Amino acid sequence: MLTSQDEVYWTKTRKLMFVMLGLWVFFGFVVHFFVKTLNTIVIFGFPLGFYMAAQGSLIAFVVMLFWFARSQEKIDRECGVSEDE
Amino acid sequence: MSTQSTSSSGGDFVSNLGRVYAIYTGGFIGFVVILAILEQMGVPNRVIGYLFVFFTLGVYALIGVMSRTMAVSEYYVAGRRVPAIYNGMATGADWMSAASFIGMAGSLYLLGYDGLAFVLGWTGGYVLVAILVAPFLRKFGAYTVPDFMSARFGGNFARFLAIIVLLCCSFTYVVAQIFGTGIIASRFLGMSFEVAVYVGLAGILVCSMLGGMRAVTWTQVAQYIVLIIAYLMPVVILSAQKYGLPLPQLTYGQALQDIARLEQGMIASGLAGTGLKEHVAPFTSYSPLNFFALILCLMVGTASLPHVLMRYFTTPSVREARVSVAWSLLFIFLLYFTAPAYAAFSKLEVYQNVIGQPLANLPAWIYTYGKLELVKVCGVNAIDPQAIMAACSKIANHAGMLRLPDLAINTDTIVISTPEIAGMPYVIAGLVAAGGLAAALSTADGLLLAIANALSHDVYYKMIDPNAPTQRRLVVARVLLVIVAVLAAFTASTRPADILAMVSWAFSLAAAGNFPALVLGVWWKRANTAGAIAGMIAGFGSCLFYLVVSRYYPALGVSAFGMTSLLNPITGAPVVDVVKALANPATADAVLASKVGWFNVNNISSALFGLPIGFGVMIIVSLLTPAPSREMQNFIDEIRKPRGETVLKEKTA
Repeated sequence: MLTSQDEVYWTKTRKLMFVMLGLWVFFGFVVHFFVKTLNTIVIFGFPLGFYMAAQGSLIAFVVMLFWFARSQEKIDRECGVSEDE
Repeated sequence: MSTQSTSSSGGDFVSNLGRVYAIYTGGFIGFVVILAILEQMGVPNRVIGYLFVFFTLGVYALIGVMSRTMAVSEYYVAGRRVPAIYNGMATGADWMSAASFIGMAGSLYLLGYDGLAFVLGWTGGYVLVAILVAPFLRKFGAYTVPDFMSARFGGNFARFLAIIVLLCCSFTYVVAQIFGTGIIASRFLGMSFEVAVYVGLAGILVCSMLGGMRAVTWTQVAQYIVLIIAYLMPVVILSAQKYGLPLPQLTYGQALQDIARLEQGMIASGLAGTGLKEHVAPFTSYSPLNFFALILCLMVGTASLPHVLMRYFTTPSVREARVSVAWSLLFIFLLYFTAPAYAAFSKLEVYQNVIGQPLANLPAWIYTYGKLELVKVCGVNAIDPQAIMAACSKIANHAGMLRLPDLAINTDTIVISTPEIAGMPYVIAGLVAAGGLAAALSTADGLLLAIANALSHDVYYKMIDPNAPTQRRLVVARVLLVIVAVLAAFTASTRPADILAMVSWAFSLAAAGNFPALVLGVWWKRANTAGAIAGMIAGFGSCLFYLVVSRYYPALGVSAFGMTSLLNPITGAPVVDVVKALANPATADAVLASKVGWFNVNNISSALFGLPIGFGVMIIVSLLTPAPSREMQNFIDEIRKPRGETVLKEKTA
């Protein structure tokens, strides 16, 4: 059975999911559309477009996932559906 | 309220994990040091190689035997007691295959920027795993992915379809891993390939048979530690030697600059020929459409492969499942963001010290790997200087200097040859072999378990004999595991031609077959049984159709299904003359294989068709048929909430 609290929980969860999905599309695809332009910028020898595909997006994915785990955990606790209580 | 089980056996082990694995890591490093000393004392390379392989295999076997179990939930999901960080390491080993360890850097060497599609695709998929799938499957409390399909989509037909998808994806994949162990053992140890395959089989069985998921988990953690040390060590030493900084991921920027400079030099001097693809230039091997389609298919495939998803069934809680995905990606990232450094350093070595050299003056490693049939010069294996000089002299206008088009390097060579190129002692090469073996064995363990569990839990227990007693279920599970393993080893020993290509197909097949049903099953309450079944059949079917027709029946594809030649990404010209090829029906299929398709889409990305078809059919059919029952809607509400018991209750008695 759904309580209003559960509705709030799912709304927040869904919002977080879409934020993550948006970031995923950006770092997985959109930023690499501009590889040729970005390659004109060179940092420590790395053309930026190449760097984003080789390391930049990967770092973003890792950071995103730790942030996601924390944010979702916070939503769980706020809405009283976390596992420990 | 918590689903955490703090019960009896193994509890001590779990609370001491940090210490156990710290001692293990220290022991392994000590072992490498001892072997290095032995090498200096004159112990032959071959003995060092054997010591490496049999010592590590022995440790995995020991962990496997110590983790034996007769409890169903231990066997299938390691008792759901694996902490997030260790599950992350195990997933890393489960995920990174022989191809990632040995082949990835080589693909980056060959493809340059375009090869980064694999780096992106095989990491970004974990975002989808975390936000869309894994926590919900963990809450559901399944033993296998087909378990979830059956519970959500009303019974055994959906389960049956999920089993078919699982078998298609996982079997070729496990064959490729055993094939990989054979290659590694035969190259480093001089064992015959066929014998090596069965040694690999034994290595896999001792880890998985007695303890199922529990044993596989703890060996995979051990294997991750070996493989990551083995992968990082050579390139870290190389970076410290060349640039004075042991951080290859930073210093290879300098190498990229040098490569770009040498590329311009080779073009100016005519050494480059017509085939030069600039290392950092995008879209030289794949068109932009194919590059992004490949990223998408690999990412979505990652989030659909059963042997990956089932690792998240083993965490103590839903929260830990989410954190565990993040740890998994961190551990995988360590290898994947290092691979481009290997590629850049190797390319620099080749451009600096190989290309443009007189044929008599090539470095020794060319011949080392030429003898293993991994390096060809002027079309022949580089066995010795005489052989290549003879071959090159047959080429018109060859000035006796090695040109870029003369050299062909097998992708497996890049990682294997780095220790020798950098002049490191043999012990480092032995370490790399042990790492490659760990990567292949750990992935094979996970895949084999996924297949055998689907057969024993889903087919035998759920479909054939639901009243089977626990004891018999576990015996059946083990017998099936052995049968599948032997079958896979036998297939690998026949050296099937397409095996490596088929592995990359697994991602598209898993994506098109599983992803729509998994995601909509959790996120869309209106999705019903008829929709899921139709969607799975349509998505998986269309993907399989595109693969099979474009690879094996391309002539039929052209004449009956409107396929056309793929296009060269640089010039935009067709890569093959379809009309000319069709004029000779006897050879048409061989000439056109994997070179035709719809809309210039490579068949490796066939989920580009399968995914939208799968989603579309599932949504339309669901909307045309009645909504799921009240009970089903409650079931979905239940898996969306972390709190509470797992939805699926297991009868263990």
